[in-house]
Amino acid sequence: MTRTKDSIAKAFASAGYIADEGLLTAVLLMEVLARPLLLEGEAGVGKTEVAKALAASEGTDLIRLQCFEGLDRSDALYEWNYQRQLLAIKAHEGQGDPDALESAIFSERYLLQRPLLAAIRSPRPVVLLIDEVDRADEEFEAFLLEVLSDYQVSIPELGTIPATSIPRVVLTSNGTRELSDALRRRCLYHYVDYPDVGREAEILRARVPGIDTAFALQIAELMSRLRKEDLAKVPGVAETIDWAAALTGLGGTHLARDRELVFDTLACVLKTREDRSRITREVTDRLIGKVA
Amino acid sequence: MSQTAASQTAASQTAAFEPGPALRLTLAAFVALLRDKGFRIGPSEAADAGRLVTGAAGQRAATLRPALKALFCGRRSDWVAFDALFDAHFLRKGMKNAVTLAGSAGESGGARTLKQMQDDQAARRSSPALDVSREAEAPEAGEEDPAGTREGASRAENLAETDFRKIRDPELEAEAHRLAERLALVMRRRLTRRDRILSAGPRLDLRRTLRKSVARGGLPLDLVRKGPKLRQLRLVVLLDASGSMNNYTGVFVRFVHGLLDAFRQADAFLVHTRLVHVSSALKERDAARALDRLGLMAQGVGGGTRIGAALADFNRWHAARLLTSRSCVIILSDGYDTGPAEEIGAEMARLARRCRRIVWLNPLIGSDGYAPVAAGMAAALPHVDLFAPAHNLKSLAALEPYLAKV
Repeated sequence: MTRTKDSIAKAFASAGYIADEGLLTAVLLMEVLARPLLLEGEAGVGKTEVAKALAASEGTDLIRLQCFEGLDRSDALYEWNYQRQLLAIKAHEGQGDPDALESAIFSERYLLQRPLLAAIRSPRPVVLLIDEVDRADEEFEAFLLEVLSDYQVSIPELGTIPATSIPRVVLTSNGTRELSDALRRRCLYHYVDYPDVGREAEILRARVPGIDTAFALQIAELMSRLRKEDLAKVPGVAETIDWAAALTGLGGTHLARDRELVFDTLACVLKTREDRSRITREVTDRLIGKVA
Repeated sequence: MSQTAASQTAASQTAAFEPGPALRLTLAAFVALLRDKGFRIGPSEAADAGRLVTGAAGQRAATLRPALKALFCGRRSDWVAFDALFDAHFLRKGMKNAVTLAGSAGESGGARTLKQMQDDQAARRSSPALDVSREAEAPEAGEEDPAGTREGASRAENLAETDFRKIRDPELEAEAHRLAERLALVMRRRLTRRDRILSAGPRLDLRRTLRKSVARGGLPLDLVRKGPKLRQLRLVVLLDASGSMNNYTGVFVRFVHGLLDAFRQADAFLVHTRLVHVSSALKERDAARALDRLGLMAQGVGGGTRIGAALADFNRWHAARLLTSRSCVIILSDGYDTGPAEEIGAEMARLARRCRRIVWLNPLIGSDGYAPVAAGMAAALPHVDLFAPAHNLKSLAALEPYLAKV
């Protein structure tokens, strides 16, 4: 074990991510057991941020594969640059050795690396983020499982390409589709919840320059109460950060004293018309009253 | 079983956090307990855990817990349950509670809260012995009777046109259930088929085009295009289980079970005095087991319906997650409602905005002289895309071509 939880916590904090105990353990275990980490949780709790923080804390690159419905191997792994190949064939038509031409057009020069291939061929280990894996189809999930267990890829024209380095893999899921047990079993699991008030205040202090400690705590407290209201779209951590930045930027220092400002800037956290009309002036006042 | 796990814990309690064979035994017992509770833990995870406890992390519960949690959990329900199980096993807290809960699941009588039902269900899943005794009691368990499967074609045809209400003979009823399920299976198979490669479409699939050009000496004559995958139909079924629907619920449940079993994108809800999400129960492969689990979730069925309130619940809590532009909502209800009609109208309007189609199947349409005059039904009607009868199997079968077009 080269790293400890404390050192990971420090590195994460300097990358602007305040991690809790469970996540630190999971990150440590990723290294010890060489397993991918599956993060689940509501949208906006900062799952993607974990991967970014991990890359930043290790000083490596982050390679991101955004999943979507219909994503297939050629989007994720590699593709031949067909246009350039065709041009090369045309250019060499009638001259030279056809075998040489063939091996020339199926070579590195014409290979387009997609995120998965780029991740395992990087000279030093990168962090590979497979974002919203639940959006991809089941077939793709099965394929992913294969790549993640062997860390090698076979390209018919080039043969098997073993990994130059094993990436640290972070998968995120919003739970729009049930993932397979096989994938879940291969991964370490962490459920990312909305941070508690203390941690959210810390996040604000780390991410919003110049914010007052007491004010950060007030905002975090208000957010935790707001999330308990009957909302169509519960605001995430990113919204809190935006809002805190807006409030401080407009000169706010205390929620109860800047009621007008608070109500006017609610647009930072409430993103649907329904929610906007539900959190009226009275509701805002009630929430602020509880915080102060 | 949790009881055996408890005794094993007791035996190894003194040695709980000393590395060595005793700890490994405790760990093995813990893995067995978790598997019993529905955690999916493979041998490689167990081996990794073994490496962890014998390493530095195994010394203290404080470090062991988050490590095992990350390793053994696979989904949110695991995540939520883990801490209590860990405490019970390694720290011997709350074990008594866990045991009594599993033991008390057998007696369920009178009105129960949803929470109680869920608890019972969770407990039942962990006690296979109990399942056996329950299944033996359940009348549906007898349906695997091989003699029952040899029905004549004409009889099946007759049955298909018989109003569910008029089926009194339990044997005929069982047969109707089987037919409903088979019908659903066939429908499901046809509805989930999808096409990917098109002869004409927006995006050129260069990889396949070149592959095809080999036969033409490298000239890309046959163009292959890639269209967006036809997205699968998503089904959401809301099944009214109120008293007035009593005669139909049995067969509808079997129909819905057939649709849901292995249908990836389908969800079902029971609607009575409140909304109950029953997909997990209905996705159970074995029909008898599914019905058994459903029975537990649906205690209190047969009272009045509040469709409006249930729809509001659905719109509020489930719609965003379950509905897409490829969704079809099927409501199986007679439309008799004890809530205000305006509520149904408003909620139906919200629902209609979120999905492709709403199909309302009403078993009463089959009876002569029916008109949708009930206030609730009348309020819902403007938002319904297809209002169809569902009083016999034939009417259910007629639904397929409609669904295939969604």
